[in-house]
Amino acid sequence: MKKLALTLTAVLMMGGAAMAAPVKVGIAAEPYPPFASPDASGKWVGWEVDMIGAVCKAAEMECEIVPVAWDGIIPALTAGQIDAIMASMSITEERMKTIDFSNKYYNTPTVIVGPKADAMTADAEGLKGKILGVQVSTIHEAYAQKHFKDAVAEIKVYQTQDEANQDLVAGRIDATQADSIALDDFLKSEAGAACCEVKGAVADDPDVLGLGVGVGLRKGDEELKAKFNAGIAKVLEDGTYEEISKPYFSSSIYGG
Amino acid sequence: MRAFWKPHRIVMALIALVIVVWSVLNLRWDWVPNYLGLAAQGIWRTIWLLAASIVLGMALAIPLGLAQAVGPRILAWPARTFCTVIRGTPLLLQLWLLYYGLGSLFPTIPWIRQSEFWPILRQAWPYGLLALTLSFAGYEGEVMRGAFKGVPKGQLEAARAMGMPRLTILRRIWLPQALHRALPTLGGETVLQLKATPLVATITVVDIYAVASRVRQDTFITYEPLLLLAVVYMAITGIIVLGFRWFEGRIPSRVA
Repeated sequence: MKKLALTLTAVLMMGGAAMAAPVKVGIAAEPYPPFASPDASGKWVGWEVDMIGAVCKAAEMECEIVPVAWDGIIPALTAGQIDAIMASMSITEERMKTIDFSNKYYNTPTVIVGPKADAMTADAEGLKGKILGVQVSTIHEAYAQKHFKDAVAEIKVYQTQDEANQDLVAGRIDATQADSIALDDFLKSEAGAACCEVKGAVADDPDVLGLGVGVGLRKGDEELKAKFNAGIAKVLEDGTYEEISKPYFSSSIYGG
Repeated sequence: MRAFWKPHRIVMALIALVIVVWSVLNLRWDWVPNYLGLAAQGIWRTIWLLAASIVLGMALAIPLGLAQAVGPRILAWPARTFCTVIRGTPLLLQLWLLYYGLGSLFPTIPWIRQSEFWPILRQAWPYGLLALTLSFAGYEGEVMRGAFKGVPKGQLEAARAMGMPRLTILRRIWLPQALHRALPTLGGETVLQLKATPLVATITVVDIYAVASRVRQDTFITYEPLLLLAVVYMAITGIIVLGFRWFEGRIPSRVA
């Protein structure tokens, strides 16, 4: 699989801007739909693959996608086999000790989902007196305990998000809080589509919810970092980001 | 006192003491104060569910046993079917059928959702109590059938010969003797029922078992909460066993 070295040139050469060797962008070799997964013919497709193409194009770089096993992806970067990681890697303090990160390019927002009939906003005021369901030991439970504990009537803790979703349909809870991607499938299901909708994203709290996903780079590779940051900023600005996201997600995943 | 402290009891008490001291010194208990309130609530819920399901279950089991023992076919047959179905399926399945099946059916009926019972019906404990009650009724209906049949015919014939009305015979002769016969079995069944109560944790009722899981999920401490949980269940079992022993002693056997 690795030998096949599936390449995807995502760049249109601009004018006379001559390019050096292509930037090798590592993605995780393990499928992670809808972000990156091989299709039937072995070609890598997904939101993140599209985003790599768009960011590289915006930053006027020639990029080559290199699948690397997830557990060896940081060593591959530091050893120079790849030049950047775009594999849904969250920016964490632990990783920052070894590598550097660009600005985030997505941070799946944490959303509140509730019944269509019930008007509410995704803050303490809107959830006042309601029963909120969350999955146990997730950042969402931590967030709810920190921000909504005093406002809501009860925080109900579920073993799985599926059970919380089921109880939302059954009317046993008034709202649930989870990752927007996790709730996307539920809202696309028959029961979910009939009953509920996204009420909004909760206010960010990096202490609890983390810092989002950025491009992993070698420490000190400031030139590439600047390029990726510029590329990310550009796709966000010119609407490419929205365009790419639309087929995959029902709402923007850039996060607040 | 001297009668109690026989050599084998002294040895057992010493072993228990060593285990307790070792546990206190070598295991982590710093989480206990944080969860005391939740644990007290959990123990209360466990005991309350157990007591209510046993009282209600027995109230159902007596007519079920009577119907099977001497009832006309039109009563005996449904009673037997009920006991067979309850005893033939796992309690977890019954619980989930009630909670996720029946409980999801209710909200689709508008007048139920608008009725004043909805705040109770949307909670989890009524389904837990119902499932535990039906289960207890199913098993004890069978026990009571045997107990009713086991009362010597001579007792009932003598009562009838004295001209006692049928209901009085049931109240004064038949039922007390049947209960007396069933009492040791019922004690054991109550202990089994106690150990069936943790299943309600799967439908979001926070009993003492759910509290122990919660500690594990929050703190990643596994053994200590489980050990404490075992002690709690053993203590409740001890109380049940002593209670039934006291009860059996109080009802003198007037039958030869």
